[in-house]
Amino acid sequence: MLKIINIGMNHETAPIELRERLASESDNTLKALVSMREIDVVKEGLFLSTCNRVEALFITEEVEEARKSVVSFMCKLGGIRAEEFLTCLYVLEDMDAVKHIFNVASSLDSMVLGEPQILGQIKEAYAQATNQKTSGVILNRLMHRAFHVAKRVRSETDICGAAVSISYAAVELAKKIFHVLEGKKILLIGAGEMAELAARHLLSNGVGSVMVANRTFDRAVEVAERFNALPVSFDEIGAQLFDVDIVITSTASPEYVITRSQVKKSLRKRRNRPIFFIDIAVPRDVQPEVNDLNNVYLYDIDDLKGVIELNMAQRQEAAVKAGRIVEEEVVKFEKWLKTLAVVPTIISLRNKAESIIRAEFVKSNSALGELTPVQYEAIETLTRSIVEKMLNDPIVFLKGKAGRSTLNTYLDLTTKLFNLNDLDALPQGEELMRKKVR
Amino acid sequence: MAPLWFNAALCFELLATGGFIVFIIRQEKWIFRCSYWILVTGFLFHTIFLGYRYYLLGVAPILDLKSALSFFAWSIICVYLIIQGRFKLMVLGSFVAPFAAFLMIISSAMPWTQEPVKPLFKSLWLTIHVGTVFIGDALLAIAFLAAIMYLIQEYQIKQKRLGAIYSRLPSLATLDSINYYSIIYGFPFLTVGMITGSVYAQYALGSYWQWDPKEAWSLISWLFYAALLHQRIAVGWQGRRAAIMAIVCFSVLVFTFVGVSLLMGGYHSFSSMGVR
Repeated sequence: MLKIINIGMNHETAPIELRERLASESDNTLKALVSMREIDVVKEGLFLSTCNRVEALFITEEVEEARKSVVSFMCKLGGIRAEEFLTCLYVLEDMDAVKHIFNVASSLDSMVLGEPQILGQIKEAYAQATNQKTSGVILNRLMHRAFHVAKRVRSETDICGAAVSISYAAVELAKKIFHVLEGKKILLIGAGEMAELAARHLLSNGVGSVMVANRTFDRAVEVAERFNALPVSFDEIGAQLFDVDIVITSTASPEYVITRSQVKKSLRKRRNRPIFFIDIAVPRDVQPEVNDLNNVYLYDIDDLKGVIELNMAQRQEAAVKAGRIVEEEVVKFEKWLKTLAVVPTIISLRNKAESIIRAEFVKSNSALGELTPVQYEAIETLTRSIVEKMLNDPIVFLKGKAGRSTLNTYLDLTTKLFNLNDLDALPQGEELMRKKVR
Repeated sequence: MAPLWFNAALCFELLATGGFIVFIIRQEKWIFRCSYWILVTGFLFHTIFLGYRYYLLGVAPILDLKSALSFFAWSIICVYLIIQGRFKLMVLGSFVAPFAAFLMIISSAMPWTQEPVKPLFKSLWLTIHVGTVFIGDALLAIAFLAAIMYLIQEYQIKQKRLGAIYSRLPSLATLDSINYYSIIYGFPFLTVGMITGSVYAQYALGSYWQWDPKEAWSLISWLFYAALLHQRIAVGWQGRRAAIMAIVCFSVLVFTFVGVSLLMGGYHSFSSMGVR
């Protein structure tokens, strides 16, 4: 009986040092697939390695032996001793493994719930497995189902919905205020990693131009160069407020860099166009009362963190619904897997019928004489549909028994009834007959 | 026949309203599409109803409050369907459909009147007058709804409450521009409606302007909207203040439409329109 086994470790079970060692070299996946192919008991295999997880997924009949071989090549791959490694591993079998892979693909097992990269990584891993021809009937089906589940989870739940990082949250807010960011102007006051990240996200969402202000002008020039932006001096900030749409502040200044009265004065000149302040600095750079002005919106770092927390909670909620989708799909996959046991019998049944048709055709050939292609076609359709109709009921019956405990009895009976065991390997080519007709 | 078409329109519009409300909660696109087409069906029945009544009466069916409300509901849906084509804003339906359905429910609660129409009313001028005024009113009603949506959304963003309502409502810029364009287009309709009305008054009553209460209040609403437009275009008002002003203006307009007719009499009041 073939079993689906998944051996792996993720950000929860293994420390980063260990995961690093397995993910360090880019061709590790390739090496892993090659070693999997060399292990006789492993029928099909797939290897996924990202910075947060390592998963070896394979199909085998000899669970213990295969498990040992896979673990040993993983040790070799990372240069790790088995002892320090085993405690970090989880080994999942059959439907647990299927469920795990579905969860991973739908990003339900990720560190940041719903992060979108993992699906791409799995697709890449599967592409490599197909390239190396380590993937077969079961894994092909399993992986395609996994992609399908991921797609369903994404479209039917909000798991990838709202932003869960400061800079994305800022972009989302800006879109809720301005609708489109094309042609909008950003003023970046002070430089910090997070502020620059936010500016970069805004730029990639179509913001028109960036200006950078800093206490030391040289630093402003330096940061501006990275963005292809315009450096402005600190004293110009007041004048710039007449014009810009989004202001990101992150200076180390102990007092407010932008005050309420300063913004209020600019409003008339701005003709009430909305302005959005993103204050990432601690202590704050923008006086909180600025938020009370009309058409002025201020979010400080705590506000943004609040937004993210809320969004995280939303994703947790969505994960429950996603879990149900995964369960549903696991059941479907299980059903399919069970029909696999019936497939060989059905194939030999069909083969037997095919060989009978062919043999009888040859026998009757002399009596039939010269046939036109149309007549040939008609006879073939006739014989085939008789056979198809005869076989249909037994096949439906067998498929219906898939997954039942009595299945083997019926398979055995069918084999005996139709004498499928000593099936003569007749020549597979219909060409033989076709030649005769012509 | 007429009640049949009316009830068909009412049913479909109520159904669409229900659909739009479910849509705003569930946020599933197919619900919107169903509701939208149900609303379109209701609108078609409504159009047939109005056309049929027009054919029967020989004048636009607006001579009693029941008909006027139903005609107003029809105008709003008509304007909504046009705006929907331009802005593709799914959430707007969830505000417009309940509003129209509300008008229809009030209208349906009123009795049918079967009085013959005075020959005075059988004039194309009256139909144009009422038609333009109602399309203008409908646009201004949309401006009003957008203003309410704006204030709700602005409150969410200012208070940093980014929950379910925040994610369902569109961006502030979108709401503000719907408000702006509805007024920009609604105001000329209102103006033309008032001018054609006064031409009709000259033709029917021999005087362009008689300071009838409805006329006076129409002028007041017109001045309010003129002031709002001036502030928007010349002073650069937008956002919150413009939204509040749009709501104030619309309240004056509603008073002109309903309040004056019921409370103040004059030749515009519905009671004076039947045959005495």
